[in-house]
Amino acid sequence: MSTNTASSSSGAAGSADASAPRRNSKRPKYSKFTQQELPACKPILTPKWVISAFLLVSVVFIPIGVASLFASRDVVEIVDRYETECIPPDKRSDKVKYIQTTENTTCSRTLTVPKRMKHPIFVYYQLDNFYQNHRRYVKSRSDAQLKKNSSADDVSSCKPEDMANGKSIVPCGLIAWSLFNDTYSFSRNNQQLNVNKKDISWKSDRENKFGKDVYPTNFQNGTLKGGASLNPLIPLSEQEDLIVWMRTAALPTFRKLYGKIEVDLQANDIIQVILENNYNTYSFNGKKKLVLSTTSWLGGKNDFLGIAYLTVGGLCFVLALTFTVVYLVKPRRLGDPSYLSWNRNPGGR
Amino acid sequence: MKRYVYINDDESSHDLYCDNRISNRKYTLLNFLPKNLWEQFSRLMNQYFLLIACLQLWPLITPVNPASTWGPLIFIFFVSATKEAWDDYNRYISDKKANEKEVWVVRQGIRKLVRAQNIQVGNILWIQENDELPCDLVLLGTSDPQGVCYIETAALDGETDLKTRIIPPVCMGIDYELLHKIKGVIECPGPDRDIRRFDANLRLFPPFLDNDLCPLTIKNTILQSCYLRNTEWACGVAVYTGNETKLGMCRGIPKPKLTAVDAVIDKLTGAIFVFQIVVVIVLGIAGNVWKDTEARRQWYVHYPMEGPWFELLVIPLRFELLCSIMIPISIKVSLDLVKSLYAKFIDWDYKMIDQETGTPSHAANTAISEDLGQVEYILTDKTGTLTENKMIFRRCCINGIFYGSESGDALKDVELVDAVSSGSADVVRFLTVMAICNTVIPMKSKTGDILYKAQSQDEDALVRAAAQLHLVFFNKNANILEITFHASTIQYEVLETLEFTSDRKKMSVIVKDCQNGRIHLFSKGADEAILPDAYSGQKTRVFVEAVEQYTQLGLRTLCLACRELNEDEYREWSFLFKEASSNLVDREWRIAEVCQMLEHDLEILGVTAIEDRLQDGVPETIETLRKAGINFWMLTGDKQNTAIQIALSCNFISPDPKGQLLSIDGKTEAEVHRSLERVLLTMRITTTEPKDVAFVIDGWALEIALKYYRNAFTELAILTRTAICCRVTPSQKAQLVELLKSCEYRTLAIGDGGNDVRMIQQADIGVGISGREGLQAARAADYSIGKFRFLKRLILVHGRYSYNRTAFLSQYSFYKSLLLCFIQILCLWNQSFQFFQLDGL
Repeated sequence: MSTNTASSSSGAAGSADASAPRRNSKRPKYSKFTQQELPACKPILTPKWVISAFLLVSVVFIPIGVASLFASRDVVEIVDRYETECIPPDKRSDKVKYIQTTENTTCSRTLTVPKRMKHPIFVYYQLDNFYQNHRRYVKSRSDAQLKKNSSADDVSSCKPEDMANGKSIVPCGLIAWSLFNDTYSFSRNNQQLNVNKKDISWKSDRENKFGKDVYPTNFQNGTLKGGASLNPLIPLSEQEDLIVWMRTAALPTFRKLYGKIEVDLQANDIIQVILENNYNTYSFNGKKKLVLSTTSWLGGKNDFLGIAYLTVGGLCFVLALTFTVVYLVKPRRLGDPSYLSWNRNPGGR
Repeated sequence: MKRYVYINDDESSHDLYCDNRISNRKYTLLNFLPKNLWEQFSRLMNQYFLLIACLQLWPLITPVNPASTWGPLIFIFFVSATKEAWDDYNRYISDKKANEKEVWVVRQGIRKLVRAQNIQVGNILWIQENDELPCDLVLLGTSDPQGVCYIETAALDGETDLKTRIIPPVCMGIDYELLHKIKGVIECPGPDRDIRRFDANLRLFPPFLDNDLCPLTIKNTILQSCYLRNTEWACGVAVYTGNETKLGMCRGIPKPKLTAVDAVIDKLTGAIFVFQIVVVIVLGIAGNVWKDTEARRQWYVHYPMEGPWFELLVIPLRFELLCSIMIPISIKVSLDLVKSLYAKFIDWDYKMIDQETGTPSHAANTAISEDLGQVEYILTDKTGTLTENKMIFRRCCINGIFYGSESGDALKDVELVDAVSSGSADVVRFLTVMAICNTVIPMKSKTGDILYKAQSQDEDALVRAAAQLHLVFFNKNANILEITFHASTIQYEVLETLEFTSDRKKMSVIVKDCQNGRIHLFSKGADEAILPDAYSGQKTRVFVEAVEQYTQLGLRTLCLACRELNEDEYREWSFLFKEASSNLVDREWRIAEVCQMLEHDLEILGVTAIEDRLQDGVPETIETLRKAGINFWMLTGDKQNTAIQIALSCNFISPDPKGQLLSIDGKTEAEVHRSLERVLLTMRITTTEPKDVAFVIDGWALEIALKYYRNAFTELAILTRTAICCRVTPSQKAQLVELLKSCEYRTLAIGDGGNDVRMIQQADIGVGISGREGLQAARAADYSIGKFRFLKRLILVHGRYSYNRTAFLSQYSFYKSLLLCFIQILCLWNQSFQFFQLDGL
């Protein structure tokens, strides 16, 4: 008994085109696509194919790994952690109080150049455990305000650093408010080393995101002072420290460019650094480091890429070797149906 | 629930029953949006995404732009809604076409052209030749003086032959002019979906009064969507209208089948959801701890000292939003899209077009293609599926003489031809039964040839064979059958037709010889249904042997028998039969009982043997599929021997010594039990041997085995790769599918006839062969193909491709979303790790 007519026939209820004649006229059109005959290529993973693929990968990867490792090793980097050292030993029991109350926090550091450093030498400050990626922090800025003078009052997204004394802050928001304010000056053999602070930010930021006619106003005027103050006479597009800082870091450990030293440093040169230790990282156990580094064609000092290439390349080489051994010792016929699940245990399941 | 239809009563039934407006629509213009949205949101996955999307609207907690969820969500809803709307629009158009067609209806005693949608229950309708029926009618009159009309039911059950319908006896002889004045009442059951039954009564009112309640059967009706053929006009009264017609009731949405991959995806989604909640809880707690210990010391963040009351929830909710992409939003839609493409590929496939009839394959169910690639059991019908269902009369045994044994073709056997020309009484009687004991309708074509319209291929073969032996059945005029034999015409009047049912396994006609007025009962049927009814003195051994011999050759056998009835016996019986026929409950069973009262003391005339050839490529197809690890079961209504012969010839089972066929038989519980245990024991032993062991079971033993020894039989079903079940009924076929499904096997049922429909609907995948037995199976099926051999390509090419593609797509979807999410989790981990390390936690 036909209890259920298939759904395809549901439309045929009262309509004149009963399905019988329709079926015959619906002869499908021929094309390679409809017949699923489009040319296709699917490699069969034969032992030779697999072994040579692995070998090829290792041959390509190992040299790249070696080259990038060498490049990274060529970079000379001086890292100096100073946040504890720069507090007089007797004040170290309460660092937060020291940093908040002391007026003159000048501190002197001595760095030794291990190897010849060719210019340009990049000067970075590195902060650890500083969450520039925190949700409240990242969102607390107003791009419109930074760009155009006319949007100075566009501060709604900047809470809680949007207004001070009833007036809008330019630049507003937590990011600008917490601008890093340690300063460094370098000297070699009592001779001042010039730190070039021009062009340390992204060109596109300077030209497009920070306006030439936007001047800091009402900045750091609130009850609570955050970080650095800005010179209200210089437009934002030239406040490169701010521009660098406003490009927030994705990870809690980050470096930001402070400036460039445009002369070569020789091995065993002694560099005197006079720094003003102003920035409070003590309340959250943050570290502060001063970094001097050269660059190679691969950027700064970072062994990761080279090691990664070497690992993958090496692994592929080992696999290729293993497969070769297996292939030579115990070869297996390709496409042997006795390996199919229902042939492995006779009599079905 | 009964309904009383008052014929031609313009007032009474208007409000009682619905009008003839057909509506297949799911939506209206107004309720489309809410109803469709409601439907889509009843899916758990969509509810989840809606929740996420709503949470994203809360700016305090949203970490991302709300568009990232709203966008895809709206897109997905839009795609599904558009598809639904388009389908519904097409349904609306076809409904409208049907509803606005004009038909002749009697209104206030005058015939008028009325739109089909305005037909009411009780209205009298006039139908012209080649018109389509707008609703279910009970016939009142036709252009034929005998009250017969012919209809084509292809749209209803797919059978393309013409069927006769006859007006109820009480309406016989009513004048054409009076027809539209008829008044009366029809008592009929409430609307149901059974297109083979209509058990009702008719009583006419004055002036057409008749004392009797006149019984009505399906024979007196024309159902919606049939076509009137070869009849100038017919008129009838509408009994079921609109969506309450038999066809309308049949419609309904079939239960959606769920594929194995869908089930895995659902489980996986659930698991990922649990994982996501765990991640959210862990990260949420960590985040709150971090905030309370560390974040307050981060002066540059300016954390407020006092937060709102729900502060504890904010961080976990944010994580929830971040992790929400773990569950791929697009997977359902993309799977639906690719699945409909797989179905199109099946429709388009040139290699699966039946060249003979030009029928392409068709995937009616677009959702389950990948299950084709995971089929473990194929349950196949025999006749018409493995064989061509092109019956050819080959041999016969008349009164102990075997014809056609040498040449293999009885029609060319000189002995038989001689016997015919000499007019041997036995042979002539045999041929007469062959020619008229059936429901075949002869039609004269324009060239003068006689075409036979037969519901059963066997009957067709028998009538043809008789015609070739010069006994030609050439005309059927209402109850009068005319046959010619050697240029003399003989007329018979059909008094009663005792129809074939699969339970009775035989059919009979009661005819009156118009020359001498003698009444004969002619029967034909399966040997086990006919031979036990032989009169006590007759030696039936030779017929048993004949049946045996023919089935050995794989031929289909039918036994023919007759008996002369005397007038009184017939009249007495006829009364009982009429009573049984007018029964509203259990009519079929009662009729069978009454029929049995007459079908006894038969004189067996002989045995016919009909050949049914194997389709092309069947053995190769079965062999290839078996090599692919698919198990075959053959379920047939045919005899055991025939089934085994066919099974051997199509590689189903291997001959000795490679294969072994065990048989389960028995008539009683104990016998079946013993036999079952024995077979099971042999099976257990031979599982380790590389031997093809199969078992064969007949319908009777199967009934007992399924009822009392289900566990043992299930074990047997798991152990064996091949089985033959013969003499099984449609419901047993469905039970076997159910049994295999309960063992967690993926089953595919393939068949071609109406008796396979239940099996096809029950199985995970139903495949119909659009063959000679009509399209009934093909319509109920998920896939319809023209020939059995296309199954190979359907399973091994389309099934495999679909499975691979679906697997790839869903794996990729999950992989992609988990990967995206893990980037965030790892980043969080990295940062919090630093913090916990520093803090010494």
